[in-house]
Amino acid sequence: MPEMLSVKNLRIEVTARQTDGSATNLVLVDDVSFDVGKGRVLGLIGESGAGKSTIGLSALAYGRGGVRIESGQILLDGQDIARLGLRGIRAVRGARVAYVAQSAAAAFNPAHKLGRQVIEASIRHGIMTRAEATKRAAYLFGILGLPDPDTFGERFPHQVSGGQLQRAMTAMALCANPELIVFDEPTTALDVTTQIEVLAAIKHAIVETQTAALYITHDLAVVAQISDDIMVLRHGKTVEYGSTRQIIEAPRADYTRALVSIRQTTRQEARPSDDAQLRVDGMTAGYSAMDVLHDVSLVLPRGQTLAVVGESGSGKSTLARVITGLLPPKAGTVSFSGAALPPARKDRSREQLRRIQMIYQMADTAMNPRQKIRDIVGRPLTLYFGMRGTAKTERVKELLDQIEMGPQFLDRFPAELSGGQKQRVAIARALAAKPELILCDEPTSALDPLVAEGILKLLLRLQAETAVSYLFITHDIAIVRAIADRVAVMHRGKVVREGVKSAVLSPPFDDYTDLLLRSVPEMEIGWLERVLDGRRAVPQVPGAAIELERS
Amino acid sequence: MTSSIEEPASVRPVPSAVRQARRGNSLGRLVARRILLGFGLLIAASMLIFGGVEALPGDFASTYLGQDATPQAIANIREELGLDRPMAERYLSWLGGIAQGDFGTSWSNRNSVGDQIWKRLGNSLLLAGVAALIAIPLALALGMVAVLYRNRIPDRVISLLSLAAISLPEFFIGYLLIQFFTVQLGFASFPATVYDGMGLGERLATIVLPVMTLVIVVLAHMMRMTRSAIMNVMSSPYVETAELKGLSALRIIAEHAAPNAVAPVVTVIALNLAALVVGVVVVEVVFVYPGIGQYMVDAVTVRDMPVVQGCGLIFAALYIVLNMVADIVSILANPRLRHPR
Repeated sequence: MPEMLSVKNLRIEVTARQTDGSATNLVLVDDVSFDVGKGRVLGLIGESGAGKSTIGLSALAYGRGGVRIESGQILLDGQDIARLGLRGIRAVRGARVAYVAQSAAAAFNPAHKLGRQVIEASIRHGIMTRAEATKRAAYLFGILGLPDPDTFGERFPHQVSGGQLQRAMTAMALCANPELIVFDEPTTALDVTTQIEVLAAIKHAIVETQTAALYITHDLAVVAQISDDIMVLRHGKTVEYGSTRQIIEAPRADYTRALVSIRQTTRQEARPSDDAQLRVDGMTAGYSAMDVLHDVSLVLPRGQTLAVVGESGSGKSTLARVITGLLPPKAGTVSFSGAALPPARKDRSREQLRRIQMIYQMADTAMNPRQKIRDIVGRPLTLYFGMRGTAKTERVKELLDQIEMGPQFLDRFPAELSGGQKQRVAIARALAAKPELILCDEPTSALDPLVAEGILKLLLRLQAETAVSYLFITHDIAIVRAIADRVAVMHRGKVVREGVKSAVLSPPFDDYTDLLLRSVPEMEIGWLERVLDGRRAVPQVPGAAIELERS
Repeated sequence: MTSSIEEPASVRPVPSAVRQARRGNSLGRLVARRILLGFGLLIAASMLIFGGVEALPGDFASTYLGQDATPQAIANIREELGLDRPMAERYLSWLGGIAQGDFGTSWSNRNSVGDQIWKRLGNSLLLAGVAALIAIPLALALGMVAVLYRNRIPDRVISLLSLAAISLPEFFIGYLLIQFFTVQLGFASFPATVYDGMGLGERLATIVLPVMTLVIVVLAHMMRMTRSAIMNVMSSPYVETAELKGLSALRIIAEHAAPNAVAPVVTVIALNLAALVVGVVVVEVVFVYPGIGQYMVDAVTVRDMPVVQGCGLIFAALYIVLNMVADIVSILANPRLRHPR
């Protein structure tokens, strides 16, 4: 059987111009080969910089920012599209191969209605008349589970939710009946409960239309649900290529094994203790007239980790802002080591401020790009302990040692570090104050899985060494399992479930926690079908259903 | 390829106008607010103009009398002109007059300031209008050509020439053009003075050089801003989407880029039209053209305050109206405001 897409020895390069004017060739994709048959899905997986998107876009003979296909063949139904002229390439794009981008919100033109954009390629390529295309769009909106399929296309992109936009983008790709669709991280920007709906819709649409598909993601659990085969990529090279079952159940390469085992770490929870480091009682907070948090109460025992888990908009970060005093609450109290803290940051003593430190999601934006690492980490030493000169340098070196980075980093700037290293420096800066509590606001969600795992391990080690307490904000249940002693589940500004980890994560569940836990993809083939079947059996959570539509 | 981003796809930066709209203001109220704001701004400008002109050193009486300026004569003139009244009172009666269309009478020649302003404003608007009619389409076209050939020779030539044009002051460009076209080629007329009773064709032939000067002054800026506005839109993900649909370059620019570039381009055009109206002052003086700018400059030299204040207010009003129009157009060009959730 001839393959729909057959890529042979693909090599993709980009010419990078250095500041001194000299040009160097960077190899983005090196000797990659694969085949995708009709109605089949190949998953491309790897961390950032692995060349996944570059390969995906090459199936449309497109390269971002001067990227070029250096050698190899991209055979679409036997025809090498890398050798086509501009006119020939345009005839392929949108008609025979279509692309679904990571952020549908940015990929739709804000000035035009969704329907017009969905049918545009079909009409421009002369595949259908306007009436036919409009009819097909309505059909696709229907099978993708969008509301009011006949009139959905009348809306503008800003009038629908993120999950709906992502499904509309899939409809746009499917509309012209292409032979191949490239999905580039189509669910990465969505909340888990929304992601599962979009995944199911995409899978259903692929089965219905029998198109071939490339599915790009960094999440192995997601790709296990949707693809027939998987290719693992790293630094532009193939690490492993095989059937989904073989990759998940019997990975051969070390790197693949590391990716597969990554979500399986769990930590034994500490014994409950009455010695509360942090206690939040009946807190209500928000911005101007709008309340973001409603009557929130939490307890974090000394030396333990409390994971606050919830989806975007659930009020997790606002909680951290209230605890730090950046946002004084409208009602309720925050007490620390048994004593009430003044609500506003400016009323707290320097000593009170020192004892609570923070780590952010974007280490990039949380550091002054013009300061050297020695100044970034040394600043709290001067501020809280009045350290200067050699003593300060020695202490910075000690801290760098603690985060497993050597003294050679002292005089580097943040821009010279990798994402993981920057987050480590942010941790060292927090540690420099010798805090009793560190608020961690999604510190690993912008990092690649293996790097993120390194950060989590570091945090656990530091806790064992210094007995610091963590309030760890995350949307990822796997992280909760890996690090937490206690868990608080937040939904729309309320704590819907709180307690020790083993109790929170075991049945019987409240409706929202149940939905949340069941929406987290598991590294198991057939998980998606199982969950969807289970969902149909149980009546839907009213609040959660609204969340899916509007989130 | 970025790894997981926690922000949901629906979260995008929200412009302040949109935030106001979400707070329950309808589109109509938003536009009405802008108009009201423009009016308030005009009142504030009138105070500044009145106060500023009052604060000018020297006064009309001593300038007018020259050698004959005895203290008694000066006091007589001041009383005659009502200058002995307090400033706030004079401001209010001036403003009240303007509200009824009366700009007062000129001190130096006892003519109605209003009549003179309307006549000369017509001349100035002819000059600025013809310049705008040439400059706007030319700037848009050149801007698009520059984008289409970005970083290639046409783009570089356009960039270089526009940079040169921006760097030269308008009076210098004016004198260069006179030197070249009138003195050396004998092709254009100088001075570009128009008279009552001249036909439109004759007028247009007379104002060729000042129009050219103005076009050169505003064209470059408008063209560069058009280029960068379109470039900005061209690098957005939805243009990549259009490209991956296999659309032609022209269709991508016309259908996907242009509608989103309207708001920034209109803002630039409006600002430049305002600059054109003000730039007219210098150009009119260079070319001895009887417009409102020259009227104002002449009045300043003799401290003829009603004329200076009236002209100043007209310039302020034009500036405010043009900016308000730009604001309103960019509100109307935003689909989020035209079609709220």
